[in-house]
Amino acid sequence: MPDFTSLPDAIATHVVSGSTLCLEGFTHLIPFAAGHEIIRQGVTDLTLVRMTPDLIYDRMIGMGCARKAIFSWGGNPGVGSLHRFRDAVENGWPNAIEVDERSHAAVAAAYAAGATGLPLGILRGFTGSDLPAQNPSIRFLECPFTGERLAATPAINPDVTVIHAQKADRKGNVLLWGIIGVQKEAALAARCCIVTVEEIVDDLKAPLNACILPSWVITAICEVPGGASPSYSHGYYERDNTAYIEWDAIAKDRETFSRWMKKNVLDNRDSGDTSEGFAS
Amino acid sequence: MSEATPEEIMTIAASRRLRDRSTCFVGIGIPSMAANLARLTHAPEIVLIYESGTIGAKPSVLPLSIGDGELAETADAVVSTPEIFAYWLQGGRVDVGFLGAAQVDRFANLNSTVIGDYEDPKVRLPGAGGAPEIASLAKETLITIKHSPRTLVERVDFITSAGYLNGGNAREKAGLKGGPTALITDLGVLVPEEDTRELVVAQLHPGVTKVKIQEETGWDIRFLDSVSEIEPPSGLELTVLRDLLARTEAARAIKT
Repeated sequence: MPDFTSLPDAIATHVVSGSTLCLEGFTHLIPFAAGHEIIRQGVTDLTLVRMTPDLIYDRMIGMGCARKAIFSWGGNPGVGSLHRFRDAVENGWPNAIEVDERSHAAVAAAYAAGATGLPLGILRGFTGSDLPAQNPSIRFLECPFTGERLAATPAINPDVTVIHAQKADRKGNVLLWGIIGVQKEAALAARCCIVTVEEIVDDLKAPLNACILPSWVITAICEVPGGASPSYSHGYYERDNTAYIEWDAIAKDRETFSRWMKKNVLDNRDSGDTSEGFAS
Repeated sequence: MSEATPEEIMTIAASRRLRDRSTCFVGIGIPSMAANLARLTHAPEIVLIYESGTIGAKPSVLPLSIGDGELAETADAVVSTPEIFAYWLQGGRVDVGFLGAAQVDRFANLNSTVIGDYEDPKVRLPGAGGAPEIASLAKETLITIKHSPRTLVERVDFITSAGYLNGGNAREKAGLKGGPTALITDLGVLVPEEDTRELVVAQLHPGVTKVKIQEETGWDIRFLDSVSEIEPPSGLELTVLRDLLARTEAARAIKT
Protein backbone atom coordinates (compact mmCIF):
# COMPACT_ATOMS: atom_id res chain seq x y z
CA MET A 1 0.00 0.00 0.00
CA PRO A 2 1.53 3.34 -1.00
CA ASP A 3 1.73 6.36 1.27
CA PHE A 4 -0.87 8.98 0.46
CA THR A 5 1.11 12.11 1.06
CA SER A 6 1.71 15.67 -0.05
CA LEU A 7 3.94 16.25 -3.06
CA PRO A 8 6.57 18.17 -1.04
CA ASP A 9 6.71 15.31 1.48
CA ALA A 10 6.99 12.65 -1.21
CA ILE A 11 9.83 14.51 -2.94
CA ALA A 12 11.61 15.33 0.34
CA THR A 13 11.41 11.69 1.45
CA HIS A 14 12.42 9.94 -1.77
CA VAL A 15 14.33 12.22 -4.13
CA VAL A 16 17.94 12.59 -3.04
CA SER A 17 20.68 14.64 -4.69
CA GLY A 18 22.98 12.48 -6.79
CA SER A 19 20.37 9.84 -7.60
CA THR A 20 19.02 8.64 -10.92
CA LEU A 21 15.61 10.11 -11.48
CA CYS A 22 13.06 9.51 -14.19
CA LEU A 23 10.03 11.71 -14.86
CA GLU A 24 8.25 9.99 -17.75
CA GLY A 25 5.28 10.84 -19.95
CA PHE A 26 5.41 10.94 -23.77
CA THR A 27 4.04 14.45 -24.44
CA HIS A 28 0.99 13.41 -22.40
CA LEU A 29 0.88 13.17 -18.55
CA ILE A 30 4.28 14.79 -17.97
CA PRO A 31 4.69 15.24 -14.20
CA PHE A 32 5.42 18.99 -14.25
CA ALA A 33 4.29 19.72 -10.70
CA ALA A 34 6.66 17.08 -9.33
CA GLY A 35 9.54 18.46 -11.39
CA HIS A 36 8.83 21.96 -10.09
CA GLU A 37 8.78 20.69 -6.51
CA ILE A 38 12.17 19.02 -7.06
CA ILE A 39 13.50 22.39 -8.27
CA ARG A 40 12.04 24.16 -5.20
CA GLN A 41 13.69 21.66 -2.89
CA GLY A 42 17.08 22.40 -4.46
CA VAL A 43 17.93 18.82 -5.39
CA THR A 44 21.14 18.64 -7.44
CA ASP A 45 23.51 16.25 -9.25
CA LEU A 46 20.67 14.18 -10.65
CA THR A 47 21.01 11.80 -13.52
CA LEU A 48 17.82 12.69 -15.36
CA VAL A 49 16.27 10.05 -17.59
CA ARG A 50 13.49 10.85 -20.07
CA MET A 51 12.93 9.92 -23.71
CA THR A 52 11.96 13.51 -24.50
CA PRO A 53 13.42 15.92 -21.91
CA ASP A 54 10.67 18.42 -22.81
CA LEU A 55 10.14 21.69 -20.95
CA ILE A 56 10.30 20.03 -17.55
CA TYR A 57 13.94 18.93 -17.90
CA ASP A 58 14.76 22.22 -19.64
CA ARG A 59 13.64 23.88 -16.40
CA MET A 60 15.40 21.40 -14.11
CA ILE A 61 18.65 21.55 -16.09
CA GLY A 62 18.49 25.35 -16.26
CA MET A 63 18.03 25.48 -12.48
CA GLY A 64 21.09 23.31 -11.91
CA CYS A 65 19.40 20.07 -10.82
CA ALA A 66 21.21 17.78 -13.27
CA ARG A 67 24.68 16.41 -13.82
CA LYS A 68 23.72 13.99 -16.58
CA ALA A 69 20.88 13.41 -19.03
CA ILE A 70 19.88 10.10 -20.59
CA PHE A 71 17.49 10.87 -23.45
CA SER A 72 16.57 10.28 -27.07
CA TRP A 73 15.00 13.51 -28.36
CA GLY A 74 15.72 16.84 -26.67
CA GLY A 75 13.52 19.39 -28.39
CA ASN A 76 10.43 21.51 -27.75
CA PRO A 77 7.85 19.50 -29.74
CA GLY A 78 6.68 21.38 -32.83
CA VAL A 79 8.47 24.54 -31.63
CA GLY A 80 12.24 24.07 -31.74
CA SER A 81 15.12 23.87 -29.29
CA LEU A 82 15.23 23.37 -25.57
CA HIS A 83 17.42 26.41 -24.96
CA ARG A 84 18.40 25.65 -21.37
CA PHE A 85 19.35 22.10 -22.29
CA ARG A 86 21.40 23.42 -25.21
CA ASP A 87 23.06 26.08 -23.07
CA ALA A 88 24.16 23.39 -20.60
CA VAL A 89 25.52 21.12 -23.36
CA GLU A 90 27.05 23.87 -25.52
CA ASN A 91 28.26 26.29 -22.84
CA GLY A 92 28.13 24.51 -19.50
CA TRP A 93 25.54 26.90 -18.01
CA PRO A 94 24.63 26.74 -15.16
CA ASN A 95 26.80 23.62 -15.08
CA ALA A 96 28.10 21.20 -17.65
CA ILE A 97 26.07 18.05 -18.10
CA GLU A 98 27.06 14.66 -19.34
CA VAL A 99 24.93 13.26 -22.15
CA ASP A 100 23.93 9.65 -22.84
CA GLU A 101 21.80 9.85 -25.94
CA ARG A 102 20.21 6.88 -27.59
CA SER A 103 17.15 6.58 -29.82
CA HIS A 104 13.50 6.23 -28.81
CA ALA A 105 13.55 2.54 -29.69
CA ALA A 106 16.68 2.03 -27.58
CA VAL A 107 15.47 3.93 -24.51
CA ALA A 108 12.13 2.10 -24.73
CA ALA A 109 14.02 -1.20 -24.87
CA ALA A 110 16.19 -0.10 -21.93
CA TYR A 111 13.15 0.69 -19.75
CA ALA A 112 11.53 -2.60 -20.73
CA ALA A 113 14.73 -4.41 -19.80
CA GLY A 114 14.76 -2.56 -16.49
CA ALA A 115 11.19 -3.62 -15.80
CA THR A 116 11.87 -7.24 -16.72
CA GLY A 117 15.05 -7.45 -14.65
CA LEU A 118 17.33 -8.07 -17.62
CA PRO A 119 20.68 -6.27 -17.82
CA LEU A 120 20.19 -5.07 -21.36
CA GLY A 121 17.66 -4.26 -24.02
CA ILE A 122 18.13 -5.65 -27.52
CA LEU A 123 16.93 -4.08 -30.73
CA ARG A 124 17.55 -4.02 -34.43
CA GLY A 125 18.95 -0.54 -34.61
CA PHE A 126 21.75 2.01 -35.08
CA THR A 127 23.27 0.31 -38.14
CA GLY A 128 25.14 2.96 -40.08
CA SER A 129 24.55 5.61 -37.42
CA ASP A 130 27.41 7.57 -35.82
CA LEU A 131 25.75 7.37 -32.39
CA PRO A 132 27.34 4.06 -31.29
CA ALA A 133 30.82 5.57 -31.84
CA GLN A 134 29.96 8.37 -29.39
CA ASN A 135 28.00 6.45 -26.82
CA PRO A 136 29.37 3.37 -25.01
CA SER A 137 25.77 2.63 -23.96
CA ILE A 138 25.11 1.47 -27.52
CA ARG A 139 26.94 -1.70 -28.50
CA PHE A 140 26.37 -4.67 -30.75
CA LEU A 141 26.10 -8.38 -30.17
CA GLU A 142 25.51 -11.41 -32.31
CA CYS A 143 22.33 -13.40 -32.04
CA PRO A 144 23.38 -16.89 -30.87
CA PHE A 145 20.66 -18.48 -33.00
CA THR A 146 20.78 -16.61 -36.29
CA GLY A 147 24.09 -14.76 -36.18
CA GLU A 148 22.34 -11.44 -36.83
CA ARG A 149 24.13 -8.39 -35.49
CA LEU A 150 21.84 -6.61 -33.05
CA ALA A 151 22.15 -3.44 -31.00
CA ALA A 152 22.27 -3.72 -27.21
CA THR A 153 21.79 -1.03 -24.63
CA PRO A 154 22.01 -1.26 -20.84
CA ALA A 155 18.79 -1.49 -18.84
CA ILE A 156 17.56 1.66 -17.16
CA ASN A 157 16.73 1.19 -13.49
CA PRO A 158 16.03 4.59 -11.92
CA ASP A 159 16.31 5.10 -8.18
CA VAL A 160 13.02 6.95 -8.42
CA THR A 161 10.44 7.18 -11.20
CA VAL A 162 7.77 9.86 -11.01
CA ILE A 163 4.73 9.67 -13.25
CA HIS A 164 1.43 11.51 -13.44
CA ALA A 165 -1.81 9.55 -13.93
CA GLN A 166 -5.49 10.35 -14.18
CA LYS A 167 -6.76 8.42 -11.18
CA ALA A 168 -5.90 6.41 -8.12
CA ASP A 169 -8.36 4.56 -5.93
CA ARG A 170 -8.21 4.70 -2.15
CA LYS A 171 -6.18 1.52 -1.99
CA GLY A 172 -3.57 3.10 -4.21
CA ASN A 173 -4.18 1.36 -7.54
CA VAL A 174 -3.35 3.76 -10.36
CA LEU A 175 -5.10 4.07 -13.73
CA LEU A 176 -3.81 5.90 -16.76
CA TRP A 177 -5.12 6.04 -20.31
CA GLY A 178 -4.55 7.74 -23.65
CA ILE A 179 -0.95 7.98 -24.82
CA ILE A 180 0.70 5.91 -22.10
CA GLY A 181 4.27 6.11 -23.36
CA VAL A 182 6.75 4.12 -21.26
CA GLN A 183 5.25 4.92 -17.87
CA LYS A 184 4.46 1.34 -16.96
CA GLU A 185 7.99 0.18 -17.80
CA ALA A 186 9.59 3.20 -16.12
CA ALA A 187 7.54 2.63 -12.97
CA LEU A 188 8.36 -1.07 -12.78
CA ALA A 189 12.05 -0.50 -13.55
CA ALA A 190 12.48 1.85 -10.59
CA ARG A 191 13.27 1.07 -6.98
CA CYS A 192 10.74 3.68 -5.89
CA CYS A 193 7.72 5.04 -7.74
CA ILE A 194 5.91 8.28 -6.94
CA VAL A 195 2.63 8.95 -8.72
CA THR A 196 0.81 12.27 -8.86
CA VAL A 197 -2.84 11.94 -9.89
CA GLU A 198 -5.64 14.21 -11.03
CA GLU A 199 -7.98 12.70 -8.47
CA ILE A 200 -8.42 9.96 -5.93
CA VAL A 201 -11.67 8.06 -6.36
CA ASP A 202 -13.58 5.24 -4.69
CA ASP A 203 -13.70 3.09 -7.80
CA LEU A 204 -11.47 3.31 -10.88
CA LYS A 205 -14.28 1.90 -13.04
CA ALA A 206 -11.58 0.65 -15.40
CA PRO A 207 -12.29 -1.77 -18.23
CA LEU A 208 -10.50 -5.10 -18.19
CA ASN A 209 -6.95 -4.85 -19.60
CA ALA A 210 -6.74 -1.14 -18.82
CA CYS A 211 -3.31 0.22 -17.93
CA ILE A 212 -3.35 -0.17 -14.17
CA LEU A 213 -0.38 -0.08 -11.85
CA PRO A 214 -1.34 -2.11 -8.76
CA SER A 215 -0.96 -0.38 -5.41
CA TRP A 216 1.84 -2.63 -4.23
CA VAL A 217 4.31 -1.42 -6.89
CA ILE A 218 3.80 2.22 -5.93
CA THR A 219 5.63 3.98 -3.12
CA ALA A 220 3.71 7.24 -2.77
CA ILE A 221 0.61 8.84 -4.25
CA CYS A 222 -0.03 12.58 -4.24
CA GLU A 223 -3.27 14.13 -5.39
CA VAL A 224 -2.19 17.02 -7.60
CA PRO A 225 -4.96 18.14 -9.97
CA GLY A 226 -3.40 19.94 -12.92
CA GLY A 227 -0.09 18.31 -12.09
CA ALA A 228 0.75 17.64 -15.74
CA SER A 229 0.12 21.17 -17.02
CA PRO A 230 1.26 22.56 -19.50
CA SER A 231 1.35 18.95 -20.73
CA TYR A 232 -2.10 17.40 -20.60
CA SER A 233 -4.25 14.84 -18.86
CA HIS A 234 -6.52 13.08 -21.31
CA GLY A 235 -10.10 13.52 -20.10
CA TYR A 236 -9.20 16.38 -17.75
CA TYR A 237 -7.47 19.18 -19.65
CA GLU A 238 -5.78 19.76 -22.98
CA ARG A 239 -2.17 20.42 -23.76
CA ASP A 240 -1.36 24.12 -23.31
CA ASN A 241 0.28 24.52 -26.71
CA THR A 242 0.57 28.27 -26.17
CA ALA A 243 2.72 27.70 -23.09
CA TYR A 244 5.00 25.48 -25.16
CA ILE A 245 5.28 28.12 -27.86
CA GLU A 246 5.88 30.91 -25.34
CA TRP A 247 8.55 28.88 -23.57
CA ASP A 248 10.84 29.38 -26.57
CA ALA A 249 11.31 33.09 -25.87
CA ILE A 250 11.42 32.63 -22.09
CA ALA A 251 14.12 29.99 -22.19
CA LYS A 252 16.24 31.66 -24.87
CA ASP A 253 17.70 34.16 -22.45
CA ARG A 254 19.32 33.18 -19.14
CA GLU A 255 17.98 36.17 -17.25
CA THR A 256 14.44 35.95 -18.60
CA PHE A 257 14.48 32.28 -17.72
CA SER A 258 15.73 32.88 -14.17
CA ARG A 259 13.13 35.58 -13.55
CA TRP A 260 10.36 33.35 -14.92
CA MET A 261 11.45 30.44 -12.74
CA LYS A 262 11.57 32.62 -9.63
CA LYS A 263 8.11 34.03 -10.24
CA ASN A 264 6.37 30.89 -11.45
CA VAL A 265 8.16 28.04 -9.73
CA LEU A 266 10.37 29.11 -6.81
CA ASP A 267 7.88 31.60 -5.36
CA ASN A 268 4.78 29.80 -6.46
CA ARG A 269 3.33 26.37 -6.03
CA ASP A 270 1.68 24.69 -9.00
CA SER A 271 -1.95 25.72 -9.38
CA GLY A 272 -3.42 22.35 -8.56
CA ASP A 273 -1.03 21.55 -5.74
CA THR A 274 -3.06 22.26 -2.64
CA SER A 275 -1.01 19.96 -0.49
CA GLU A 276 0.41 21.20 2.77
CA GLY A 277 4.05 21.88 3.36
CA PHE A 278 4.54 24.53 0.73
CA ALA A 279 6.74 27.30 2.06
CA SER A 280 5.81 30.54 0.39
CA MET B 1 -6.88 31.13 -55.85
CA SER B 2 -3.42 32.57 -55.21
CA GLU B 3 -0.42 30.73 -56.64
CA ALA B 4 1.09 27.92 -54.64
CA THR B 5 4.06 28.80 -52.45
CA PRO B 6 7.27 26.72 -52.58
CA GLU B 7 6.38 25.16 -49.23
CA GLU B 8 2.91 24.21 -50.47
CA ILE B 9 4.38 22.63 -53.60
CA MET B 10 6.86 20.71 -51.44
CA THR B 11 4.06 19.41 -49.22
CA ILE B 12 1.90 18.45 -52.20
CA ALA B 13 4.80 16.77 -54.00
CA ALA B 14 5.54 14.77 -50.84
CA SER B 15 1.90 13.80 -50.34
CA ARG B 16 1.70 12.41 -53.90
CA ARG B 17 4.40 9.90 -53.02
CA LEU B 18 2.16 8.21 -50.42
CA ARG B 19 0.06 5.32 -51.63
CA ASP B 20 -3.43 4.57 -50.41
CA ARG B 21 -3.62 1.72 -47.86
CA SER B 22 0.08 1.98 -47.05
CA THR B 23 1.26 2.33 -43.45
CA CYS B 24 3.26 5.48 -42.89
CA PHE B 25 5.33 6.30 -39.81
CA VAL B 26 5.11 10.08 -39.63
CA GLY B 27 7.26 12.77 -38.06
CA ILE B 28 5.96 16.20 -37.01
CA GLY B 29 6.14 19.18 -39.39
CA ILE B 30 6.04 18.82 -43.19
CA PRO B 31 5.85 14.99 -43.01
CA SER B 32 2.70 15.16 -40.87
CA MET B 33 1.25 17.89 -43.11
CA ALA B 34 1.92 15.92 -46.30
CA ALA B 35 0.68 12.63 -44.85
CA ASN B 36 -2.60 14.18 -43.72
CA LEU B 37 -2.98 15.90 -47.08
CA ALA B 38 -2.60 12.49 -48.75
CA ARG B 39 -5.21 11.05 -46.38
CA LEU B 40 -7.63 13.86 -47.26
CA THR B 41 -7.09 13.56 -51.02
CA HIS B 42 -5.92 10.46 -52.90
CA ALA B 43 -5.16 8.10 -49.98
CA PRO B 44 -8.19 7.96 -47.68
CA GLU B 45 -7.21 4.53 -46.31
CA ILE B 46 -3.60 5.37 -45.51
CA VAL B 47 -2.60 4.31 -41.99
CA LEU B 48 -0.76 7.07 -40.18
CA ILE B 49 1.40 5.96 -37.28
CA TYR B 50 2.89 8.53 -34.92
CA GLU B 51 5.66 7.46 -32.56
CA SER B 52 3.56 8.41 -29.55
CA GLY B 53 1.87 5.05 -30.14
CA THR B 54 -1.14 6.18 -32.14
CA ILE B 55 -1.90 3.80 -35.01
CA GLY B 56 -4.31 4.95 -37.72
CA ALA B 57 -4.59 8.52 -36.45
CA LYS B 58 -7.01 10.75 -38.39
CA PRO B 59 -6.56 14.23 -36.90
CA SER B 60 -8.87 17.01 -38.11
CA VAL B 61 -6.14 19.59 -37.48
CA LEU B 62 -2.38 19.20 -37.58
CA PRO B 63 -0.91 18.24 -34.22
CA LEU B 64 1.67 20.61 -32.72
CA SER B 65 3.34 17.77 -30.88
CA ILE B 66 3.70 14.13 -31.75
CA GLY B 67 1.48 13.25 -28.81
CA ASP B 68 -1.47 15.65 -29.10
CA GLY B 69 -4.67 14.22 -27.64
CA GLU B 70 -6.51 14.27 -30.94
CA LEU B 71 -4.10 11.72 -32.38
CA ALA B 72 -5.12 9.29 -29.65
CA GLU B 73 -8.83 10.06 -29.95
CA THR B 74 -8.93 9.47 -33.70
CA ALA B 75 -6.59 6.45 -33.76
CA ASP B 76 -7.61 2.86 -34.43
CA ALA B 77 -5.34 1.80 -31.56
CA VAL B 78 -3.13 3.50 -28.99
CA VAL B 79 -0.18 1.43 -27.81
CA SER B 80 2.80 1.99 -25.52
CA THR B 81 6.13 3.35 -26.72
CA PRO B 82 8.01 0.03 -26.40
CA GLU B 83 5.22 -1.62 -28.37
CA ILE B 84 5.12 0.92 -31.21
CA PHE B 85 8.84 0.54 -31.85
CA ALA B 86 9.14 -3.21 -31.20
CA TYR B 87 5.98 -4.78 -32.60
CA TRP B 88 5.05 -2.29 -35.28
CA LEU B 89 8.24 -0.69 -36.63
CA GLN B 90 10.81 -3.40 -35.89
CA GLY B 91 8.19 -6.04 -36.66
CA GLY B 92 8.24 -4.85 -40.26
CA ARG B 93 4.76 -3.39 -40.38
CA VAL B 94 5.71 0.05 -41.69
CA ASP B 95 5.79 0.69 -45.45
CA VAL B 96 6.99 4.28 -45.45
CA GLY B 97 9.01 6.21 -42.91
CA PHE B 98 8.59 9.92 -43.41
CA LEU B 99 11.34 12.07 -41.91
CA GLY B 100 12.75 15.56 -41.76
CA ALA B 101 16.25 16.48 -40.56
CA ALA B 102 18.60 19.43 -40.14
CA GLN B 103 21.01 18.14 -42.79
CA VAL B 104 20.94 15.54 -45.52
CA ASP B 105 23.93 14.58 -47.66
CA ARG B 106 24.49 13.39 -51.24
CA PHE B 107 23.93 9.77 -50.15
CA ALA B 108 20.75 10.68 -48.24
CA ASN B 109 22.21 10.21 -44.75
CA LEU B 110 20.40 12.30 -42.15
CA ASN B 111 21.71 14.47 -39.33
CA SER B 112 19.50 15.56 -36.47
CA THR B 113 22.17 15.41 -33.73
CA VAL B 114 24.82 18.15 -33.98
CA ILE B 115 26.21 20.77 -36.32
CA GLY B 116 29.98 20.76 -35.90
CA ASP B 117 31.92 18.42 -33.67
CA TYR B 118 30.00 16.03 -31.42
CA GLU B 119 32.11 16.82 -28.35
CA ASP B 120 32.06 20.58 -28.93
CA PRO B 121 29.03 21.27 -31.11
CA LYS B 122 28.32 24.56 -32.86
CA VAL B 123 24.64 23.70 -32.61
CA ARG B 124 23.20 20.99 -30.42
CA LEU B 125 20.15 19.66 -32.30
CA PRO B 126 17.33 17.73 -30.60
CA GLY B 127 18.78 14.32 -31.40
CA ALA B 128 17.73 11.01 -32.84
CA GLY B 129 14.22 10.42 -31.51
CA GLY B 130 12.74 7.61 -33.55
CA ALA B 131 14.65 8.41 -36.74
CA PRO B 132 17.55 5.87 -36.79
CA GLU B 133 15.18 2.93 -36.56
CA ILE B 134 12.54 4.46 -38.83
CA ALA B 135 15.22 5.08 -41.48
CA SER B 136 16.56 1.55 -41.21
CA LEU B 137 13.39 -0.51 -40.67
CA ALA B 138 10.68 1.07 -42.81
CA LYS B 139 10.42 -0.52 -46.25
CA GLU B 140 11.25 2.87 -47.74
CA THR B 141 12.00 6.35 -46.45
CA LEU B 142 10.83 9.72 -47.71
CA ILE B 143 12.68 12.82 -46.60
CA THR B 144 11.59 16.44 -46.69
CA ILE B 145 13.88 19.38 -46.08
CA LYS B 146 14.12 23.04 -47.11
CA HIS B 147 16.68 23.35 -49.86
CA SER B 148 19.84 25.31 -49.03
CA PRO B 149 23.60 24.75 -49.18
CA ARG B 150 23.53 24.42 -45.37
CA THR B 151 20.91 21.67 -45.37
CA LEU B 152 21.88 19.72 -48.50
CA VAL B 153 25.54 19.08 -47.82
CA GLU B 154 28.30 16.98 -49.35
CA ARG B 155 28.72 15.07 -46.08
CA VAL B 156 26.60 15.43 -42.95
CA ASP B 157 28.46 16.44 -39.79
CA PHE B 158 26.97 13.43 -38.04
CA ILE B 159 25.05 10.45 -39.37
CA THR B 160 22.08 10.13 -37.04
CA SER B 161 20.11 7.96 -39.42
CA ALA B 162 21.50 5.92 -42.27
CA GLY B 163 20.67 6.64 -45.87
CA TYR B 164 23.01 4.98 -48.39
CA LEU B 165 26.11 5.62 -46.20
CA ASN B 166 29.06 5.94 -48.64
CA GLY B 167 26.91 5.12 -51.64
CA GLY B 168 26.88 2.13 -53.98
CA ASN B 169 25.90 -0.99 -52.09
CA ALA B 170 27.20 0.26 -48.71
CA ARG B 171 23.73 0.19 -47.18
CA GLU B 172 23.04 -3.39 -48.22
CA LYS B 173 26.53 -4.45 -47.09
CA ALA B 174 25.80 -2.96 -43.66
CA GLY B 175 22.79 -5.26 -43.47
CA LEU B 176 20.04 -2.75 -44.13
CA LYS B 177 17.14 -3.07 -46.48
CA GLY B 178 14.88 -0.27 -47.72
CA GLY B 179 16.34 3.20 -47.80
CA PRO B 180 15.37 6.67 -48.99
CA THR B 181 13.41 6.70 -52.22
CA ALA B 182 12.93 10.45 -52.53
CA LEU B 183 14.09 13.71 -51.01
CA ILE B 184 11.44 16.35 -51.48
CA THR B 185 12.53 19.96 -51.10
CA ASP B 186 10.94 23.33 -51.78
CA LEU B 187 12.79 23.40 -55.12
CA GLY B 188 12.39 19.91 -56.46
CA VAL B 189 12.46 16.15 -55.95
CA LEU B 190 15.72 14.23 -55.69
CA VAL B 191 16.01 10.45 -55.99
CA PRO B 192 18.91 8.06 -55.46
CA GLU B 193 20.65 7.16 -58.69
CA GLU B 194 20.43 3.47 -59.42
CA ASP B 195 24.07 2.34 -59.04
CA THR B 196 25.82 5.08 -57.12
CA ARG B 197 22.85 5.77 -54.79
CA GLU B 198 23.79 9.43 -55.08
CA LEU B 199 20.89 11.88 -54.93
CA VAL B 200 20.12 13.36 -58.34
CA VAL B 201 17.36 15.71 -59.37
CA ALA B 202 14.37 13.98 -60.94
CA GLN B 203 11.85 16.81 -60.85
CA LEU B 204 11.92 20.58 -60.63
CA HIS B 205 9.14 22.56 -59.05
CA PRO B 206 7.35 24.99 -61.41
CA GLY B 207 9.60 27.86 -62.41
CA VAL B 208 12.71 26.52 -60.63
CA THR B 209 15.84 26.40 -62.81
CA LYS B 210 18.72 23.93 -62.74
CA VAL B 211 21.03 26.84 -61.93
CA LYS B 212 18.95 27.70 -58.87
CA ILE B 213 19.10 24.09 -57.65
CA GLN B 214 22.88 24.00 -58.11
CA GLU B 215 23.27 27.27 -56.20
CA GLU B 216 21.24 25.92 -53.30
CA THR B 217 22.94 22.52 -53.10
CA GLY B 218 26.15 21.90 -51.18
CA TRP B 219 27.62 19.47 -53.70
CA ASP B 220 27.99 19.30 -57.46
CA ILE B 221 24.44 18.16 -58.07
CA ARG B 222 23.51 16.17 -61.15
CA PHE B 223 20.21 15.94 -63.02
CA LEU B 224 18.51 12.92 -64.49
CA ASP B 225 18.35 13.01 -68.30
CA SER B 226 14.62 12.67 -67.86
CA VAL B 227 14.38 15.60 -65.42
CA SER B 228 11.04 17.31 -65.80
CA GLU B 229 8.90 19.93 -64.18
CA ILE B 230 6.53 18.55 -61.59
CA GLU B 231 2.85 18.65 -62.38
CA PRO B 232 1.56 21.84 -60.74
CA PRO B 233 -0.68 21.50 -57.67
CA SER B 234 -4.28 20.86 -58.57
CA GLY B 235 -7.04 23.08 -57.33
CA LEU B 236 -8.22 20.27 -55.07
CA GLU B 237 -4.78 19.67 -53.53
CA LEU B 238 -4.30 23.37 -52.82
CA THR B 239 -7.79 23.82 -51.40
CA VAL B 240 -7.55 20.81 -49.11
CA LEU B 241 -4.08 21.80 -47.89
CA ARG B 242 -5.09 25.40 -47.23
CA ASP B 243 -8.28 24.32 -45.45
CA LEU B 244 -6.23 21.98 -43.26
CA LEU B 245 -3.81 24.75 -42.34
CA ALA B 246 -6.64 27.22 -41.72
CA ARG B 247 -8.41 24.73 -39.41
CA THR B 248 -5.12 24.17 -37.60
CA GLU B 249 -4.58 27.91 -37.16
CA ALA B 250 -8.12 28.42 -35.94
CA ALA B 251 -7.89 25.56 -33.45
CA ARG B 252 -4.66 26.95 -32.01
CA ALA B 253 -6.08 30.46 -31.83
CA ILE B 254 -9.10 29.33 -29.80
CA LYS B 255 -6.84 27.74 -27.22
CA THR B 256 -4.69 30.85 -26.93
